[in-house]
Amino acid sequence: MSAAWECVIGLEIHTRLQTQSKLFSGAANAFGAEPNSQACAVDLGLPGVLPVPNREAVAHAVRLATAIGADFARRSVFARKNYFYPDLPKGYQISQMALPVVGPGVVECALNDGTTVQVGVTRAHLEEDAGKSVHDLLDGFTAIDLNRAGTPLLEIVSEPDMRSAAQAVAYARHMHALVRWIGVCDGNMQEGSFRCDANVSIRPAGSETLGTRTEVKNLNSFRFLERAIEFEYTRQVELLEDGGTVTQETRLYDPEADETRAMRSKEEANDYRYFPDPDLPPVVVDERFVTAVVEAMPELQHVRRARFVNSLGVAPGDAAILTNDRATADWFEAAVAAGAPARLASTWLIGEVFGRLKRDELNLEHIPLTPERFAGLLLRIEDDTISGKIAKRVFEALWESGDTADEIIEREGLKQITDSGAIDSLVDEVIAANPSQVAEYRAGKTKLMGFLVGAAMKVSAGKANPAQLNAALKAKLDI
Amino acid sequence: MSVVGNRELHQLTLTEQSAALSAGEISSVELTRHCLARIDAHDKTLNSVISVGAGAALEAAAVADVSRTEGDSGPLLGVPLVHKDIFCTRALPTTCGSRMLESYTSPFDATVVERLNAAGMVTLGKANMDEFAMGSSNENSFFGGVDNPWRAGTVPGGSSGGSAALVAARLASVATATDTGGSIRQPAAFCGVTGIKPTYGRVSRYGMIAFASSLDQGGVIATTAEDCAQVLQAMSGADPRDATCSADPVPDWLAAMRSVKDLKGLRVGVPEEFFADGLDEAVAIVVRDGLAELESLGATLVSISLPKQSLGISAYYVVAPAEASSNLSRFDGVRFGHRCEDPQDLTDLYQRSRAEGFGSEVQRRILIGAYVLSAGFYDAYYKKAQQVRQVIADEFDEAFASVDVIAGPTTPTVAFNRGAKSDDPVAMYLNDLYTVSANLCGLPALSMPCGFADGMPVGLQLIARAFDEERLLNTAHAFQQATGWHAVIPEATS
Amino acid sequence: MSLDKEEVRTIAHLARLSVEESRLEPIAAELSRVLEFVDRLNSVDTRDIEPMSNPVSSELVLREDVITETDEREQLQKPAPAVHEGYFTVPRVIE
Repeated sequence: MSAAWECVIGLEIHTRLQTQSKLFSGAANAFGAEPNSQACAVDLGLPGVLPVPNREAVAHAVRLATAIGADFARRSVFARKNYFYPDLPKGYQISQMALPVVGPGVVECALNDGTTVQVGVTRAHLEEDAGKSVHDLLDGFTAIDLNRAGTPLLEIVSEPDMRSAAQAVAYARHMHALVRWIGVCDGNMQEGSFRCDANVSIRPAGSETLGTRTEVKNLNSFRFLERAIEFEYTRQVELLEDGGTVTQETRLYDPEADETRAMRSKEEANDYRYFPDPDLPPVVVDERFVTAVVEAMPELQHVRRARFVNSLGVAPGDAAILTNDRATADWFEAAVAAGAPARLASTWLIGEVFGRLKRDELNLEHIPLTPERFAGLLLRIEDDTISGKIAKRVFEALWESGDTADEIIEREGLKQITDSGAIDSLVDEVIAANPSQVAEYRAGKTKLMGFLVGAAMKVSAGKANPAQLNAALKAKLDI
Repeated sequence: MSVVGNRELHQLTLTEQSAALSAGEISSVELTRHCLARIDAHDKTLNSVISVGAGAALEAAAVADVSRTEGDSGPLLGVPLVHKDIFCTRALPTTCGSRMLESYTSPFDATVVERLNAAGMVTLGKANMDEFAMGSSNENSFFGGVDNPWRAGTVPGGSSGGSAALVAARLASVATATDTGGSIRQPAAFCGVTGIKPTYGRVSRYGMIAFASSLDQGGVIATTAEDCAQVLQAMSGADPRDATCSADPVPDWLAAMRSVKDLKGLRVGVPEEFFADGLDEAVAIVVRDGLAELESLGATLVSISLPKQSLGISAYYVVAPAEASSNLSRFDGVRFGHRCEDPQDLTDLYQRSRAEGFGSEVQRRILIGAYVLSAGFYDAYYKKAQQVRQVIADEFDEAFASVDVIAGPTTPTVAFNRGAKSDDPVAMYLNDLYTVSANLCGLPALSMPCGFADGMPVGLQLIARAFDEERLLNTAHAFQQATGWHAVIPEATS
Repeated sequence: MSLDKEEVRTIAHLARLSVEESRLEPIAAELSRVLEFVDRLNSVDTRDIEPMSNPVSSELVLREDVITETDEREQLQKPAPAVHEGYFTVPRVIE
């Protein structure tokens, strides 16, 4: 980025809400069905149909508001945004204008370089998605699939608080993790469940006034978001430095050409003629509803991360990994609830379990190992029944069978030898079998201690308690 | 020819038809045949019906007759009716009086249709109407104008002109209708029949093609208030498909009205503004006679003032077109309805399909609506009108603190000649002068015949508090028990 | 308030209605007359008055989040003027 020009970015993030049915109809909210097979009479805007809002969509708005510390509007109003487009069946989109469901909030987002950026969330509003226009299917025709029409969106509008593509990406990633964490959106960017419009303008460094912005629409990957902003920044700087002006317009990012270009269909200035939708009285939500939704919400990501560190003693780095998604954090906590020592559990989960998941290309929800059996293994490490090394063998067995760690230890005779008599006789056996090494040790070659411990461990088939073995051997040799 | 007592079947009210059916004096098939024959005989001149489904009607009638032998005894079982062609029906086309939907058949039934079907009513056909319910004379129908059965060449009123004319001509004892600014009451008045527009939210709007969503309300046109109550009872009540439909319980109106003997204790507010300039003198005299009749039944007439109410018509002609312009955007030639030949591109497809599919009054209102919502004019027109609407509602609230119903003329004049006002939209809009305020404020209102001026029927309008249809029906019923205006049948179709 | 020909052209385009050039003037005159009639609203002082967008005073009832509609494409596309393999079709749109 040039030092002379500051980049100013605001994002509009469209999150498709995780619901069974659509925002205003009982048709399925699902991706990938046959064209128009999930568009009912209401979605098609047939004469005579009426919208009835989905309670769960409103609950999602409560969750988002709570997660970003914003106001949830007890009274919000659906409005019609009027424009003609073939994938907009009614000729208007039901959205919210004057009274959105979520009021202002702020989020703090971490960048890869360790810095953070505060981004204001201006508002978030509920709206229905449009359908899909397919332009390359038929010669001379555009094909319209209205399965997506009416699916519920929460559009999260930020303040123009970001100054670089990296900050914009950090904010988008933060929101992406957040909406998935609170169960509002599945975050699937390929399927368009989470897509960004970036408003980009530039201004001379130090200036307070905003320049003319362009809006780059439908960015469905963090990489495209970053590239599109960088391209726009460079394009605008070149324009202004060549004495030109930036035109306020809607643009599309073309990943293949790695450039943005103006959208022809959006050229004409639209007058959306917003007005309150007369089919829908204001959404008035009572305290009971809000309380019930908030109480059922998961502990927020950053709160949980802090708790893992402060109350459970998990290393901060590990806590960040464990709270990357809710499924992992839940699994971890289930193991701790089953008695697993937290620190040991975090090390083992991140090391052994993740390693195994990666090798087998599995995820946590689809493995035979339960948090309870996992905890059973860690308990035996903790109480010295088995050593860490034996534990790895037991872990493999746990993964393959449905048995508990205790059953495996018992069956395979893996219990650690802690009886001092047994250890003493092991030590005696090793001393007797290695007279020359014992003599060298006693002559001062103390490094041989390791060899002798290893020999004794081998005799015990790895089961001797290493600390006890060490101490007993040392005691006998140092006489 | 079938007779009950010494009267032909069409001369019976719905309540009388129902009684004859349940007494086994007539069958539903017989009654349905009679109605179909009357449509055949009279509708060539009246043009009150757009489509007739004779086969399906006779089948439904036969089913009703079988149900009755099996012990079913609902009051509407086997009674034929006509639906205004704004209500979606699977069995018959739904045109909304428009070329846009000339060949449209809905894949679903409107909630109203569903409920009346469930009550065993027999659908004869679909009633003519002003295109998309926009009009006060039925001259805006793509399917041609409707004659007023009282005098050839005069209009039946609108937009439910077909419903009112066919009930007046006794082609059926009852028809469904809708009212956005007076579209039930004004044609009921012009045709000498009884029509009720219930409280906004009383009847589901699902499957009733929207004109202005915050004003539209389904209702009934019949010859008596009692018959209106019978059908309204079955139509009303919460509908999970309509978010504006009220969850309030529906009272038993019939039981209430049958126990009414007189109108003692009823306070009837008479707004002086309803009798000011603009009201035809002959009409004023007849309406005053009607009010005197209420008084003689025991009601107390209270003179009241509703100074803001005359602004209703101005507010209405902002709000209704605004909502209509948006509601009618879905008619774009893409998923249903008229599509122009050989569209050059998308814009051409839209512009020509809509210009060809919509008639001139509909296009005029779409343009006004788009204008009053557009950037820079929203506050001056749309917001202002919605504020005035609130002012009018407050004025009604205040009036209803001291009166139970408000009464006055339904229309400023009796039915006028075809073509008399078709070149002057504003003159036409003034037909709704006394009726629009009830729509703006969502109040229930009723029109009933109270006499004749120049040989044409005059309507008396009653307006009540929200959800107080009971008061309207009781008042009208008491009036009709004491008078005979509702029972006069136009000679040409007697 | 009155409209001119150009305003009619603009709103006709917003509303996607083709209007013949010769009709623009007469329509402008008609609409102006309606708006004149509507201008009476200005006689009311509406400061501090909440606009009333719907007479419904009760709360909006929300729908439970359940799927109630099944695939009825065949039925629902019957009235469509142009359909190809389950898609509605329109003349090619260039984005």
